[in-house]
Amino acid sequence: MLAIEGLTKRYPTGDLALDNVSLTVPKGQVMALIGPSGAGKSTLIRCVNRLVEPTSGRVVLGETEITQLGDLALRRARRRMGMIFQEYALIERLTVMENVLSGRLGYVGFWRSWFRRFPLADIEEAFRLLHRVGLDHMVDKRADALSGGQRQRVGIVRALMQNPELLLVDEPTASLDPKTSRQIMRLIIELAKERGLSAIINIHDVLLAQQFAERIVGLRAGRIVFDGAPEEMTPEVLTRIYGEEDWSKTIRRDEDEESKDGGPTAVTDALKVVAAQ
Amino acid sequence: MTTAALSFDARAAARAWRPPPLIESVWLRYTVYLGALLYLVVGLGSVEVNWVRAAEGLERGARFLAAFFPPDFVTHWFDIQEGILESLTMTVVSTVFGVILSVPFALGAARNIAPLPIYLFCRSVIAISRTFQEVIIAILFVAMFGFGPLAGMITLAFATIGFLGKLLAEDIEDIDPSQAEAVRATGASWFQLLAWGIQPQVLPRFIGLTAYRFDINFRESAVLGLVGAGGIGDTLNSSLDRYEFGTSAAILLIIIAIVLACEYASGWIRRAVQ
Repeated sequence: MLAIEGLTKRYPTGDLALDNVSLTVPKGQVMALIGPSGAGKSTLIRCVNRLVEPTSGRVVLGETEITQLGDLALRRARRRMGMIFQEYALIERLTVMENVLSGRLGYVGFWRSWFRRFPLADIEEAFRLLHRVGLDHMVDKRADALSGGQRQRVGIVRALMQNPELLLVDEPTASLDPKTSRQIMRLIIELAKERGLSAIINIHDVLLAQQFAERIVGLRAGRIVFDGAPEEMTPEVLTRIYGEEDWSKTIRRDEDEESKDGGPTAVTDALKVVAAQ
Repeated sequence: MTTAALSFDARAAARAWRPPPLIESVWLRYTVYLGALLYLVVGLGSVEVNWVRAAEGLERGARFLAAFFPPDFVTHWFDIQEGILESLTMTVVSTVFGVILSVPFALGAARNIAPLPIYLFCRSVIAISRTFQEVIIAILFVAMFGFGPLAGMITLAFATIGFLGKLLAEDIEDIDPSQAEAVRATGASWFQLLAWGIQPQVLPRFIGLTAYRFDINFRESAVLGLVGAGGIGDTLNSSLDRYEFGTSAAILLIIIAIVLACEYASGWIRRAVQ
């Protein structure tokens, strides 16, 4: 579905953020991208929708070669890729509904968007999705009045409003508490599965990545150093990705797999996060 | 804790620690301090004050001020009214046109959205507008368009471009880039990026600056009359020329009242749009 071939990004400062990265994400697969800060995770997903221009290499989504497109065609292609951000990146001064409808900007003309005259079907879909994530009672609240978890749910709905084939998710839980993090991850996975979307999720938290993703790719200094199933994560693999550290507490044990959100589990999760750091 | 941590003497380190000075280098620091002191001494020494002349002048000044009382609203009320209306018209028209024209210049002068050639062009226009004081620009426009409020209005509109263009451009450069990035990621066009990614973030400041500029334009319109660019300044100038200080006082009081009203209103507007 998504094919990345020989992707390289060198910033004008000379930093080589991505070094000849090749990767294929099949339809419907949820892939976690892990790696230390500065490994190039954010650059990688931004090169996919060309918010960052890659220096060389190819990105192909379905039949479309993204890296070849001109301005207009690129905007068309971006509609097929929903993006979810670390600090939510909502338009703070606009309402929840306006933020959600901004996911349709690629589909409506300028004046319609200026006067907020979105097609009724779009507004209906917005209500349906907001109801799905439990925010249908907050449509006219301003985005800056929401809590972190609520904001991220608005961010998810905005991405889904694009009716995408692929989700690009950049550290969705980095600003959230452990319990909300799990709820948000679960929501993203559920919605991706319901709609058969592929997803690339950048994530710091190794435990969360193991718990929710079907495949884990480890990036270090702009190169892929691991690509495999969550079960294959061993202390050796983590050392390969992050460097030397005591990883024995970080690897998921089988009994944790059944854990659900709730008071005591959230606390143990929190403790594990602390232990991981 | 290991033994290495125990042998570390935190107390001695705490005693030795000093807050960082404003200027790192000792040599430079004392040069600057000494230079400033020397300049102050030399500066004060070079001021020549003729105390006798000042004492005489105080009395003359007092007589000048006394001539303003009582303010005379009645004798030239018609002229005053006309001048005030002309000033308000100049203010409104120049603010509206100036604000409309300043938006494209502000967009062009924001480095994060404009390409370099456009950026340099817009920054130069803004710099020219800000370099010259309104009175100097007014003299030019009076020479071009003749005496009267038209020259004044063009002057104020031009000055508004410099003021609003610069401050708005800086606000656009300070936006949260992630919001704009999120809008771009949806496949939005460039104009949609402006309307959704940038406008909501800068709107409160834009409105506040507009209200503030309205206030400035009214005050300036009173000054521009002195060089023949119309408005209440013209009326004030001719009353001073004719030694009708009562009328001048009345005009000044009205200007003060209107400026206070503008200031109060713009303060209220800025609070309301936050």
